[in-house]
Amino acid sequence: MTAHSFALPVIIFTTFWGLIGIAGPWFVPKGPNRGVTITMLVATAVCCYLFWLIAILAQLNPLFGPQLKNETIWYVHFLWE
Amino acid sequence: MGSMFRSEEVALVQLFLPTAAAYACVSQLGELGLVEFRDLNASVSAFQRRFVVDVRRCEELEKTFAFLQEEVRQAGLTLPLPEGALPAPLPRDLLHIQEETDRLEQELRDVRGNRQALRAQLHQLQLHSAVLGQGHGPSLAASHTDGPLERTPLLQSPGGPHQDLRVNFVAGAVEPHKAAALERLLWRACHGFLIASFRDVEQQLEGPVTGEPATWVTFLISYWGEQIGQKIRKITDCFHCHVFPFVEQEEARRAALQQLQQQSQELQEVLGETEHFLSQVLARVQRLLPPWQVQIRKMKAVYLALNQCSVSTTHKCLIAEAWCATRDLPTLQQALQGSSSEAGVSAVVHRIPCRDMPPTLIRTNRFTASFQGIVDAYGVGRYQEVNPAPYTIITFPFLFAVMFGDVGHGLLMFLFALAMVLAENRPAVKTAQNEIWRTFFEGRYLLLLMGLFSVYTGFIYNECFSCATAVFPSGWSVAAMANQSGWSDAFLAQQPLLSLDPNVTGVFLGPYPFGIDPVWSLAVNHLSFLNSFKMKMSVILGVTHMTFGVVLGVFNHMHFGQWHRLLLETLPELVFLLGLFGYLVFLVAYKWLRVTAASAASAPSILIHFINMFLFSSSPTNRPLFSGQEVVQPTLVVLALAMVPVLLLGTPLFLHREHRRCHSRRRQQPDKDTAGLLDLPDTSLASQGSDEEKAGCPGDQAEAEFVLSEVFMHQAIHTIEFCLGCISNTASYLRLWALSLAHAQLSQVLWAMVMRAGLSLGGEMGVAAVVLVPVFAAFAVMTVAILLVMEGLSAFLHALRLHWVEFQNKFYSGTGYKLSPFTFAVEGE
Repeated sequence: MTAHSFALPVIIFTTFWGLIGIAGPWFVPKGPNRGVTITMLVATAVCCYLFWLIAILAQLNPLFGPQLKNETIWYVHFLWE
Repeated sequence: MGSMFRSEEVALVQLFLPTAAAYACVSQLGELGLVEFRDLNASVSAFQRRFVVDVRRCEELEKTFAFLQEEVRQAGLTLPLPEGALPAPLPRDLLHIQEETDRLEQELRDVRGNRQALRAQLHQLQLHSAVLGQGHGPSLAASHTDGPLERTPLLQSPGGPHQDLRVNFVAGAVEPHKAAALERLLWRACHGFLIASFRDVEQQLEGPVTGEPATWVTFLISYWGEQIGQKIRKITDCFHCHVFPFVEQEEARRAALQQLQQQSQELQEVLGETEHFLSQVLARVQRLLPPWQVQIRKMKAVYLALNQCSVSTTHKCLIAEAWCATRDLPTLQQALQGSSSEAGVSAVVHRIPCRDMPPTLIRTNRFTASFQGIVDAYGVGRYQEVNPAPYTIITFPFLFAVMFGDVGHGLLMFLFALAMVLAENRPAVKTAQNEIWRTFFEGRYLLLLMGLFSVYTGFIYNECFSCATAVFPSGWSVAAMANQSGWSDAFLAQQPLLSLDPNVTGVFLGPYPFGIDPVWSLAVNHLSFLNSFKMKMSVILGVTHMTFGVVLGVFNHMHFGQWHRLLLETLPELVFLLGLFGYLVFLVAYKWLRVTAASAASAPSILIHFINMFLFSSSPTNRPLFSGQEVVQPTLVVLALAMVPVLLLGTPLFLHREHRRCHSRRRQQPDKDTAGLLDLPDTSLASQGSDEEKAGCPGDQAEAEFVLSEVFMHQAIHTIEFCLGCISNTASYLRLWALSLAHAQLSQVLWAMVMRAGLSLGGEMGVAAVVLVPVFAAFAVMTVAILLVMEGLSAFLHALRLHWVEFQNKFYSGTGYKLSPFTFAVEGE
């Protein structure tokens, strides 16, 4: 219904998870748990970023579109758009 | 500190404990829980060890304690938990405890015996008074009359000459379930010669043995004839009836009754006093027993530990060998100094080199403990090998969430875990005994993270209780398609299903910025899209996870100084894995980025390309993805296959060459002392990762058993396992797709069949609102039972399997053992 850019979400999310995964470890306070906390931050950033990236890349160039029932088409066309 | 990344350094120490201070030292060590004793007397049986007498004394005391505890329990009281610090008692205090315990036991036994006897007596008296007190009806009215009964015969006896016989009585009491049988037998045996009357006692009497109330039946039998009398007595004996003397005269009976009542009252007073004394004794036991139990348990543990020490030749001190973390050595020194200085002697501790593999010690806090627990459930790591637990803290909840992804379910799980975490310090929660609750409670941090990640993956999958939410507007435009394809109302009415074509301009406006586009939840072919997306996602996540596992193996090789393995094992493994399956990931990503809808009809199939890659063939109908693909693919396959012999033969040949070089070097310098270096012993399966394999020459001929065939065998197994495992493990990650599909479908069915059916009920608003209440109740119960509990357990299990098998077999051996220190703390306290 609305145009979505591809570059903007990529920039936003890369920055976001990059801050957590790359910049975050510098701010972890010294203590017995520093190693584990840094590992957790980096692992979270990598896992979540990768998962989001896969989801957006899979929808970048769709080879087929959704197949809708005629009731759905009528409803969406005339009531939403 | 990084102490969770591999095991802490553990050293073997030797303790010299002077005999005078040995008990105190070991007791102090038990309080601290620092060291694990090694059994130096393994060849000696339990009955021949030095302190066996003391251990036996403790065990006998424990037997008495068990008896006392049983008595307390039978009386319906509970033992309070012991408070405060209770150190192990000195041997001379043991005598005092023993005396007290024996005295208590004796008193208890006496009092119980007395009480038993008194109760039995009371029971008899009560029965007797019941028998005498019961009236047995008009048939025996004649008993009121004094004088001989011949004047007014009760019954016309069958034979005239018998009229001068006296009527005699037998009175007694019988248990209720025997009364009918007794009556029948009496009638069969002697009918015509007796009259029997049975009456229930009005009040229930407590049986002396069991204390349970029972209703006894009293009987009064009047008979004539001596032989009948004997028969009756035999019958009543046989039925174990209590028979009491029955006097005919009313007055005498009344006097006897009064006397009985007086006696039973006195007896009850005595019984009351006995009970009072018994409760006093029990109160003393309640007070004294719990601390004694703790103290004797500690004493026994100390003696068992002392039994493991060997005696020095001068018999002046005990020698003990123990494992201790290097970090705790100063504390150990201090503790020994402290406890042995009281006796005026000093205990010595020093480190000795060890040949065996030390135990593994990883310190965890309450957050990391559950993650370390699930790694240890597979196998405790070898000494100082890489510990997968810190990475598991995130990857395990993440893989669980990939299979469980739903915002609503994830939120419920997160809130449940949050409640447990916030309430974790409450005593009621900590001391709960229910097994299932304890299992959930121990894993509360695990559940917390699992719920949190599930919320995230739920947003990406765009599923909240199976409904999609349009946080951003959808990127697909139905209006554009309808306008450009001329979909009029009439046309729509004829076609039940129509597709949106991305090739038409304005239909597809760009990828949804966060997650899956909500239009797919309205589509009939949503599974076609989701399946393709989830399968590719599973392969990508799987290859990433496995590559990470191989890379972790690098840290193992570096730590143990096995540099050759970096080149001869890790590198070939990475080339094989990434050359084949990394290339697959590349193909997937390339197709996502480069193949557009314009060429959708002739889009290349990755699957066919991948199959043809291995078969070195090509399909003419499948166009290549990128130029040069027909060169790149065979190159990669040949490269990967070339890595197999490197993996198979590299390490064994290298080790063989090293072994020969050391041998020849030693032969040239036979008298060179090579002590001080650890061996290069059997490089067979067991010590493949041990720190004994440091570079060096064998110090002792006998230890340098390098069996080439064993090494080859081991390496062959490893190669086959890795190469075949690459393929099967990558396919195994497809369970991420399978389980997330199952979860999505189950939750959709539940929504459509239960909640949507309830919400779409027609009728007035009041009626619909009332009907919605049970509908929602059913929805909620089934959500929790099926989707949260069942699916949650299922996803948990599969995520666990992925970690244990697919991830850990790339680098983890898990054949170590934990350091279990000698401590007085009991599990669960």
